[in-house]
Formats: sequence, C-alpha cells, structure tokens
Amino acid sequence: MTEVFGLPLPVLAGQIMLGLVNGCFYAVLSLGLAVIFGLLRIVNFAHGAFFMAGAFGAWMLQRYAGLGYWAALLLVPLVVGGLGGVFERGLLRRLYGLDPIYGLLLTFGLVLVLEGGFRVAFGTSGQPYPVPANLQGVFNLGFMVLPIYRAWVIFAALAACLLTWWLIERTSLGARLRAATEKPALTQSFGVNVPRLLTFTYAGGIALAAFTGVLAAPILHVNSGMGSNLVIIVFAIVVIGGMGSVLGSIVTALGIGVIEGLTKVFYSEASTTVIFVVMALVLLFRPRGLFGKEGAV
Amino acid sequence: MNKTLAPWQKVFIVVLLVLLLAVPWVPQVVYPVFVMKLLCMALFACAYSLLLGFGGMMSFGHAAFFGSAAYITGLVVKIWGLPPELGLLGGTLFAALLGAVFGALAIHRQGIYLAMVTLALAQMVYFIFLQLPFTGAEDGLQQIPRGTLFGFIDLRNDIAMYHLVLLLTVAGLWLIHRVVRSPFGHVVVAIREHEPRARSLGYPVERYKLTLFVLSAALSGLAGSMKALVFQLAALSDVHWHLSGDVVLMALLGGMHTVFGPAIGATLVVGLQYYLDAFGGWVTLVTGLIFMVCVLSFRSGIAGAIDALRTRPRPGP
Repeated sequence: MTEVFGLPLPVLAGQIMLGLVNGCFYAVLSLGLAVIFGLLRIVNFAHGAFFMAGAFGAWMLQRYAGLGYWAALLLVPLVVGGLGGVFERGLLRRLYGLDPIYGLLLTFGLVLVLEGGFRVAFGTSGQPYPVPANLQGVFNLGFMVLPIYRAWVIFAALAACLLTWWLIERTSLGARLRAATEKPALTQSFGVNVPRLLTFTYAGGIALAAFTGVLAAPILHVNSGMGSNLVIIVFAIVVIGGMGSVLGSIVTALGIGVIEGLTKVFYSEASTTVIFVVMALVLLFRPRGLFGKEGAV
Repeated sequence: MNKTLAPWQKVFIVVLLVLLLAVPWVPQVVYPVFVMKLLCMALFACAYSLLLGFGGMMSFGHAAFFGSAAYITGLVVKIWGLPPELGLLGGTLFAALLGAVFGALAIHRQGIYLAMVTLALAQMVYFIFLQLPFTGAEDGLQQIPRGTLFGFIDLRNDIAMYHLVLLLTVAGLWLIHRVVRSPFGHVVVAIREHEPRARSLGYPVERYKLTLFVLSAALSGLAGSMKALVFQLAALSDVHWHLSGDVVLMALLGGMHTVFGPAIGATLVVGLQYYLDAFGGWVTLVTGLIFMVCVLSFRSGIAGAIDALRTRPRPGP
C-alpha cells in the first residue's frame, strides 16, 4: 500500500476529502456572511441557526410531508430565505444606522430563540436523515473510496459559491448591489430601491445558509446545536480571510477545512482548536486578514 | 462618572449592604447559596462592563475567563490539595494571564471584529478544557473541596463561605469603582471617546486598552473562582459561549453604558434562569426573546432608564 508521511494514502486522502466537505460548508456560510456584512453592515450571528433550520426543514418535510431530498433542496432555501427576509424587514431594519454591535446582539438573540425553540420541540438528540437513494454508494478511485454523496456536496457547494460570485460580479443586479455597498445614498438617488435590495440580500444569504443545511442533513446529525458551533468557526474564518473579497473567503474556507482534516490525521487532539490557532497567528502577523483590504480594520 | 457618590447612592449602598449581611441569618427567607451565585454573577457582570460600558470594547468571550478560573481553582484545591486562598489566587491570576493573551490579540481589532475574535478565542479555550485530563470533560470537575481559609476558617460552613464571597465581591466592585475614577480611568474614557486624539496626545493607547482588558479578565476570574468554591464544581457550561452571551445580556439589560447597572441585569438573568431551570429549552428561548426586545426597544437598560428619569428637566413653575 502506498504511504505518505508514514500513513496509508487512503487514510490521508479520506481525511483531506472530509476536510474539503467541511470546507465547503464553511465556504458557503462565510460567503453568505460576507455578502450580508458587506451591504447591511450586520454580522449575522444567526447564520448558523438558519443553517440548522435548513437541516431541520429537510427533516420535517420528509417526516411530515413525505417530501424527499430534492424537493427539500429546492423548497427549504426558499422558505427559510423568505423567513429571513421577514426578519430583516420587521426587526433588523430598525437597527440600521446604530452601532453595528446591536445587529450582532439582535441576531444573537434570534440564535437563542431558534435553538431553544427547536430544542423544546424536538429535544437535544440528533435526528437521522438518510442519503437520497440516487446518491448512495461510492466511487472507487483506486487510491481511495469516495462516497458519491460527499462528492455531490462538494460539487453543489462549489456551484452555489460560483453562482453567487457570478451574480455579484457579473450581473446588473450584482452591480447595483456593489454600488449600494460602496455608496448607499448615491445609489438610492439614482433610483435603485436600496431598502428592497437589503431585504433581498439578507434573504439570499439566509437561503444559502439553509441550502447548506439541507446539504449537511444526511452527513451531520440534525439537532438544535449543530449551527452555533459551526458559526463560531465561520467567524474565525472570516477573521482569517478578511471581509475583502468573495473569492478570498471561499479559498480561505476550503483551505481551513483541509488543514482541519489533516490535523485529524496527524494530531487529532488539536483538530478542534487548530482553526483558532491559525486565527491567532493571522491576527499576530497580518491583522487585517489574508485577503483583507488595507485600513478595513 | 467622575462625580462623587450622590447622597441617595450612599444610602442605597448602605441599605443593600445591611440586607446582604442579614441574608445568612434568615435562610428561610432567601437561600444563601443562591445569593452567593448572585454575588458571583454580579461581580462577573460588572467586571465585563468595565471593558464594555467603561472601555467601549465588546468582548464576546468572557466565559473563557470565568470558566478557566473555575477550573484552575478546582485544579489547585482538589488535585494539588492546596488551601482555598491559593485556589482563588491561582484562578484569578490564570484569568489575568489569559486576558493578557486575548487582549494582545484582540485589541488591534475594533467593534464587531473584537467581538468575533474574542468569541473564537473563547471557543478554543472551551475545547482545551473539554480535552484536558483533569477537567472530567462532560461531567465537569466535581467535588472541589472548600477547605479551610488561612488554616482556621472552615469554608464548609455556608455562613463563613457567604461572608468570604460577600467580602471579595464588595472588594472587587470597590476596585472597579476606584479604577473608573482614577487618572487611568480618565485616559480610558479619552481613548473610548476619541482614540486618534488620545493617541496624538501621546498616550500609549494599546497599553491602556490591554491593562483594562487584563483587569476585566482578572475580576471575571475571581468571580469564576468563587463560583467553583461555592458550588464545588467547575463545568463546561462555565466556559461555554452561552455564558458569554448571558453576561452580554446582563450588561444590556442593566445598562450597557453604565458600570454598575449590569449588577441589576445579573440579578434578573440569574433569577430568571433559576426559576426556568426545570423547563430545558425554554430558558434559552426566553433569554433570546428578552435579548431581542432589549436590543430593539430598551437599549439604555435599567440603569440608563433610571439615569434618564433622574436627569429629566423638571417642569418650571
């Protein structure tokens, strides 16, 4: 058997693949977080909670409505994104123009409400969600076995990232969005409905989080606490990458996922802390983040 | 903040102290252990607010200081078998050290970034304590002996323990009061209000911020150490981000821009959690709702509202 660094290649490749899957989750979440922050100046603490709501949405659709994975992948982001839009319109909007800390605190309150609510309704133990029938099985790549579902997750997450990137950078909607990010008052005076754009952006970011939640449902246990641990990691990734660029945050997220996977192989005790160590090092040597813009502290 | 205490404040403090001193003699009215928890959390909330309300820096990871001090006190007293005064000292010093590390990394960032950095660092501390061999992982470090203070005060007696907690809490609050009114405090206010100007006047801004961070962490640690001795337990919930969120809520509810208002917030939050404890997820749900209502419509908090009432111009004749 081939060995790399004294480890059998399948073990190493398997962990790198697991790291990539996690990295994909981080990437879609940090992307949504960055887009929301860019336009709304709100650090959306509730991002992980909406991710959890997405996973629960898939589970509930299957349990109570008998709808399968593919329907969930389409419906759940729409519904949860819509709820996010309502939250922005009804509550979050009142905090614009105040210290951004209040936005963080309001969304933190929402995290507790959602987590507590799902805990009251479904308890703390994880709910199983099956891998869809047409994505079961494995690819045998020779040097490793790749479960089809995980390959699909990597593909779907990267597609979502690229689509978002294309939407922001290459369409007229994205141009308006970027204009509103730079100069909201000026953009509004040109006749762009900025408040509606804000609602749309928030709902879009939340839909991305819910989409990731559905993708994660068959891999992680669906439970009320699954989002908040993830969102803290995503915060660290945002600090590491800086909020400067869309592609930067995707690259950082994937890289961090792989580093985490490799740490599991070589020194598993540190696998939960390695991300935060990387963050501390970045803060020491490059305080604005790897891809952060100068002065954006 | 620079004014001396008003007469009504002095009266209020004396009445409160008399009431607190009376607590251990009327255990049938209030449960002294519950009041000890209140005192610990009040000190924790005010120590937090020294950084937030006074220094203008929002940390979202203060549970790391509280919880690690609790664990270190447990380690010193239970595993190493040293007396409780060394346990309290060890816990507080460790929290101060941790505060220096957090502070050194975090003060280069401001506002929400500071909150995110401290939250992430605190999560790292959480995982470290989850894995360290002496912490008992999910079970926590249990049955920490209270021991005998200075070799002759038996802390297993709730009345002795109560007086120690009361004394240390009052001392901690007094220290905060002195810091706020000291020349050091004036410079901190100057930095909070206009950092570039303070810098241009030649003040070493980073050093002041770091000192404030360490002070806040050390006092939070003292609160955590006392809690470990009172309940003879250091658990993962003491380092969990939920507790970091709780202390933010205490500050918000009591008055985010005051220094001692958060003590009122601490009383409300601890009381609420005490009564809702049996309902599991409902505690989290209700805490979250209070959070949202406060942020949306009660941002000045209780102490802020009292201040606003007192300074409202009286109608003329």
